[in-house]
Amino acid sequence: MSKTVIQVENLGKLYRLGEVGTGTISHDLNRWWAQLRGKEDPFSKVGTVNDRTQKAEKGEHVWALKDVSFNVGQGEVLGVIGKNGAGKSTLLKLLSRVTSPTTGHIRIKGRVASLLEVGTGFHPEMTGRENIYMNGTILGMTRKEISAKLDDIVDFAGVAKYLDTPTKRYSSGMQVRLAFAVAAFLEPEILIVDEVLAVGDAEFQKRAIGKMQEVSQGDGRTVLFVSHNMASVSQICSTGLLIENGMMAMLDDVKTVINTYTNKRREVFEGFEYSGPIMDSFIQRFSLCNTAGEEKYEFQFDEPIILKYEMILRNYSKGLNLGLYIQDKHNQRITSIVKELPAPNDDSGCLSIELHLSKQKFLNGSYSISTEIFIPFVDKVHLLKDVLSFEVVDNISPLSRFNNYDMGNFYLEPEFIFK
Amino acid sequence: MKDQTKAWDMVIQPKRGWLEVNFRELWRYRDLLYMFVKRDVITIYKQTVLGPIWFVIQPILTAAIFILVFGNIAGISTDGQPKVLFYLSGIVVWNYFSESFSTTSKTFIENANVFGKVYFPRLIVPFSKVVSGLIKFLIQFAFFFAIYLYFLVGVDDTNIKPNEGLLVLPLLILIMALLGLGLGIIFSALTTKYRDLTFLIQFGVQLLMYATPVIYPVSTIPEKYKKFIMANPMTSVVEGFRYAFLGTGDLNWYGLSYSLVFTLITLFFGIIIFNRVEKNFMDTV
Repeated sequence: MSKTVIQVENLGKLYRLGEVGTGTISHDLNRWWAQLRGKEDPFSKVGTVNDRTQKAEKGEHVWALKDVSFNVGQGEVLGVIGKNGAGKSTLLKLLSRVTSPTTGHIRIKGRVASLLEVGTGFHPEMTGRENIYMNGTILGMTRKEISAKLDDIVDFAGVAKYLDTPTKRYSSGMQVRLAFAVAAFLEPEILIVDEVLAVGDAEFQKRAIGKMQEVSQGDGRTVLFVSHNMASVSQICSTGLLIENGMMAMLDDVKTVINTYTNKRREVFEGFEYSGPIMDSFIQRFSLCNTAGEEKYEFQFDEPIILKYEMILRNYSKGLNLGLYIQDKHNQRITSIVKELPAPNDDSGCLSIELHLSKQKFLNGSYSISTEIFIPFVDKVHLLKDVLSFEVVDNISPLSRFNNYDMGNFYLEPEFIFK
Repeated sequence: MKDQTKAWDMVIQPKRGWLEVNFRELWRYRDLLYMFVKRDVITIYKQTVLGPIWFVIQPILTAAIFILVFGNIAGISTDGQPKVLFYLSGIVVWNYFSESFSTTSKTFIENANVFGKVYFPRLIVPFSKVVSGLIKFLIQFAFFFAIYLYFLVGVDDTNIKPNEGLLVLPLLILIMALLGLGLGIIFSALTTKYRDLTFLIQFGVQLLMYATPVIYPVSTIPEKYKKFIMANPMTSVVEGFRYAFLGTGDLNWYGLSYSLVFTLITLFFGIIIFNRVEKNFMDTV
């Protein structure tokens, strides 16, 4: 057994629901004035609607993570899996010190670098070189260390020609490559990676995964990897940690954990359920189903897809829109839907929406969905990036016999006129 | 238990204690401070057409308005000094203080995105704002100094008397910087709870300028208001700065010590509050 480099003991993170404070002095004064007159608190309706863990009442607390204890040995690659809102991100945030725990502690040996995002601190006006230094120092490197690795970073990213060009002129792929390259050459003893690999093209993802394997196997460094992509988890990780409802459900060999997880998934709700801190407006539940109302993530070609939303819109204002974006397997956005949201019917701010894609002509393949509530050009309210994915199985369309080839994403129903 | 913690490089646990500032860590991240400052400078330089010229245009136009309105129309005394120098000295000093104050007060709001992704000592951000503000101050100061030299050498009929007060100039600059920083980080912590405080800060700084001898000398204040004006820690800084260069105004050790003590206390509490907020700030955004 190799020596332990991360020791997590009774780790817990408590979020308070309900009365968290309204966020502005004017609202707080308003509330105080209402209380003085014996009226109902105008801003208190939140707690009652967030029923994620058995109906949290006003002012009640929710454990986003509770009693989590585990050890990670040197050179181990731990994959953290679990459905959305299970507490994976909270665990990652605690490990990377973005927020602090409520109970328990984490002990760490060696330098930690966490990649919850690539390219943090990048500024479009700065050149590639300047951004390498900017991002590197944010991640905890000194300028000297970066200078020593500059050539490697530039090589790996393949941007040598554009090193002194502002990054705003880079393609998005180049920006991601550059950002990942900085992180890849960080050489910390412990690397914490969120699903950042989901960005970039397929070839780059392959290189990124390769680099992570090299880091763990070759140099004996420890990696914590959080992902929805079971394929890459099983490829990279040796051990798996399954988190459910903020609790540790399983810690075992990665294959065993993935099997358990995928079996469980079939029985329970697989859609998205919001679990973060309370906000004014947010998407609470989001799932896909078929015309019979059964939750489903696999559809036939031409089979109607129904997207079900449950959202909370407190302080509703005009201009609030729902955005839906669909990405193909190369992570290219292929289409979008934007629709202005109506005001919710009652004071609780609940709004349920069914969005029917009755005439969908998606071809064979997997697609991922991002969705958001936003005010166009003004404000992002709640963005869920790559929140769900679905598969389309096509045995019907005229293109289905070419399923082994990439025939694109849509069938266009062409009409031919031969003369 | 003690031996156990020694074997680990880092222990993450629920926050406790009031003053847990890790100064060694801050020092380790000094390169980040450098990069933040560099980013501030580069973006100002690249994003606007006139670039750093704006640093000089702003005090020129403000001084011109002050000369017209307060000097000529309202006829407020400038202690017998050339109006340009009198106003410019006040503006340059005030600008640095108010810049430090308002930029650092936005620390959490403007960096919420970055703070949510990466850990680094958060104090680096307000520190870097004060340093990039210093660069801007030096440019404006150089401009002031050029005009000052012109009056000192080129114009005969003035009573400008540079004096030993110049020796405390570094102390004055330090007070401006640290006072702005201290107040700024206190408000940055408060704005995480109350977003609308940012508006208060915006016009609060403007109003505060009138409670500071920027457009008038202390000598013109009626005795009964004087103690209020002197209670403002920036008063002695502005007056001291003027005294050092022009020879009129008021530089006394009481006032200066008061400003210094006020600044240090503000900064101390600022760091404590900032430190408390930074740990769980991400949960409330």
